[in-house]
Amino acid sequence: MGILDVKDVNKRFGGLKALSDVNLSVSENTVHAIIGPNGAGKSTLLNCLVGKLIPDTGSVMFDGQSVLGRKPYEINQMGISRVFQTPEIFGDLTVMENMMIPLFAKRDGVFRLHAIESVSSERGLREQAERMLDDVNMLDKRNMHSASMSRGDKRRLEMAMCLVQEPRLLLLDEPTAGMARADTNNTIDLLKEIKTKRDITMCIIEHDMHVVFSLADRITVLAQGTPLVEDVPENIKGHPKVQEAYLGEAA
Amino acid sequence: MLGLGKKDITLFAVVAVLALFAPFILNPFPAGSSLAQFNAGYPDLMQRFVIFGIFAIGFNILFGLTGYLSFGHAAFLGAGSYSAVWMFKLLSMNVIPAILLSMIVAGLFAVVIGYVSLRRSGIYFSILTLAFAQMSYNLAYSVLTPITNGETGLQVTLDDPRVLGQTATADGGIPVTNLFGLEMRHFTTLELGPWQFQFSVGYYLCAIIMLISFYLAIRIFRSPFGMMLRAVKSNQQRMFYTGLNARPYTLAAFVISGMYAGLAGGLMASMDPLAGAERMQWTASGEVVLMTILGGAGTLIGPVLGAGFIKYFENIFSKINDQILHGWVAWLPDGLEDLVVALIHPFVGKGWHLTLGLMFMLIVIFLPGGLVEGGQRIARSLRRRKSTDDGKSASTEPAE
Repeated sequence: MGILDVKDVNKRFGGLKALSDVNLSVSENTVHAIIGPNGAGKSTLLNCLVGKLIPDTGSVMFDGQSVLGRKPYEINQMGISRVFQTPEIFGDLTVMENMMIPLFAKRDGVFRLHAIESVSSERGLREQAERMLDDVNMLDKRNMHSASMSRGDKRRLEMAMCLVQEPRLLLLDEPTAGMARADTNNTIDLLKEIKTKRDITMCIIEHDMHVVFSLADRITVLAQGTPLVEDVPENIKGHPKVQEAYLGEAA
Repeated sequence: MLGLGKKDITLFAVVAVLALFAPFILNPFPAGSSLAQFNAGYPDLMQRFVIFGIFAIGFNILFGLTGYLSFGHAAFLGAGSYSAVWMFKLLSMNVIPAILLSMIVAGLFAVVIGYVSLRRSGIYFSILTLAFAQMSYNLAYSVLTPITNGETGLQVTLDDPRVLGQTATADGGIPVTNLFGLEMRHFTTLELGPWQFQFSVGYYLCAIIMLISFYLAIRIFRSPFGMMLRAVKSNQQRMFYTGLNARPYTLAAFVISGMYAGLAGGLMASMDPLAGAERMQWTASGEVVLMTILGGAGTLIGPVLGAGFIKYFENIFSKINDQILHGWVAWLPDGLEDLVVALIHPFVGKGWHLTLGLMFMLIVIFLPGGLVEGGQRIARSLRRRKSTDDGKSASTEPAE
């Protein structure tokens, strides 16, 4: 039993079978990568994990509890955080404010009317936010307007916002998509650091093999909505089925 | 102090001074002079300034922070007015219970309208709120006549029970609204040479309530709740995946701003105890949108400035007629005088809407942040001029 167990999940969009009989088990404190060619169903699978989509059949269990039918914010409150393909941050707010919101969500839950208290009097939470920003080397940018930052910084901020909630499972949807090589390497270093410093399980969906092979403990290859193989990175590299899925039958 | 930061205290102090000394500030011209018509320091108009200020402050909590543009806030204004007048009819002429009831009723209205309308965002939300407000307006005009007295409007009469007060005064008149005996319409005039300053009980009650509302708005803006509302405006997707439900936050903001509108409506009725359906009409909803955008949506002081600006125009510009214009340009040759008056004519008097419309267009195009942004730009350019002066004097010093 892993921290996340996906059993016999099927999802159809009209005539298209996006996922068929997907089984996946992610064990605690590992980095599990899901790779596959375009249209393999990676994003559909991820959306089934965070409550954006509901599978037609099958079950998704997180830490022994089903996530199916729960809203995204309820799933987050269970301990699953998500990083998007394009960084989703609060662009109108400063970096520090961006950090305070997940902390309030963690402390106060889905909704709480703190209309008279002042944000600046929340010393404990501010310190926590500053420590996290320091961990991702962004403390000097704490008063910056977050929309004006570079994409790499936005990605860092988004990860810091997820990590400050101390999630048990972090889902990353192509965290290096559209990034320059230098930014990609920075992100890999950051993720490696997170992996060694914290007790956290990560599930990464990725295109870039460089990223996958430098981070993953286990890899699942998805093709046409079905898992082809699941193994450690060394065995995936030369696997004939994987090459077939990526390069087509002719190769 | 008061749980506010330094900047906010300054801002609050400025607004407090403006509000409390308004009878002086708004009456800069001697009573008999030809410019006296630009004086706005009479109780009736000053009350309108602050009451609409409250309305706009509340509206800004919703629109300025969450970005949800309600086009039906007049419904809460009207509901507040009707409830206040009913309180005057049934309970007593004291304004306190009337104001409290108007806030409660407007709040309940806001829960219902908000619960339905907030299922949608953007233009659909605006249309839903507009539909609700127009529905309320038409109902108040027709089927709800037993409650609203239809076209005539709801008034206090000599047959009202007023269980805690008196039905009629000793001399058989309708009693007037008061605060524990202090009559709202009572005022004293201070004469300093040719100047006249009027201090009215009603105005000061409104001003103090406006200051309390403004203070609460500052607290809301600086609170975790206020930050969540800005997060709603910024990125709802991220909010959902951060473990927060945006809906209760927007509903709370909607209800709070509806209660502000109800308070404004209750105060209106307290100053002049009658309520008509036209208070709920869409033009009234549109007016508060104009005030907020003109002053600067999302800023603290903007809505107050916008409300004052529009109400000043409405009451002062609209009074300039052809006769007055002729008086001003009488020194011109006859033909030219008529031409000048004819040219200015469409912009003043009944045409004041044209001037307001042009001002609004210019401000939205060139100062999207409203009057507040204008002020900031002026302050910045002054500062820059000062710093370049400093730079000049520095460059005259010998280098190294």
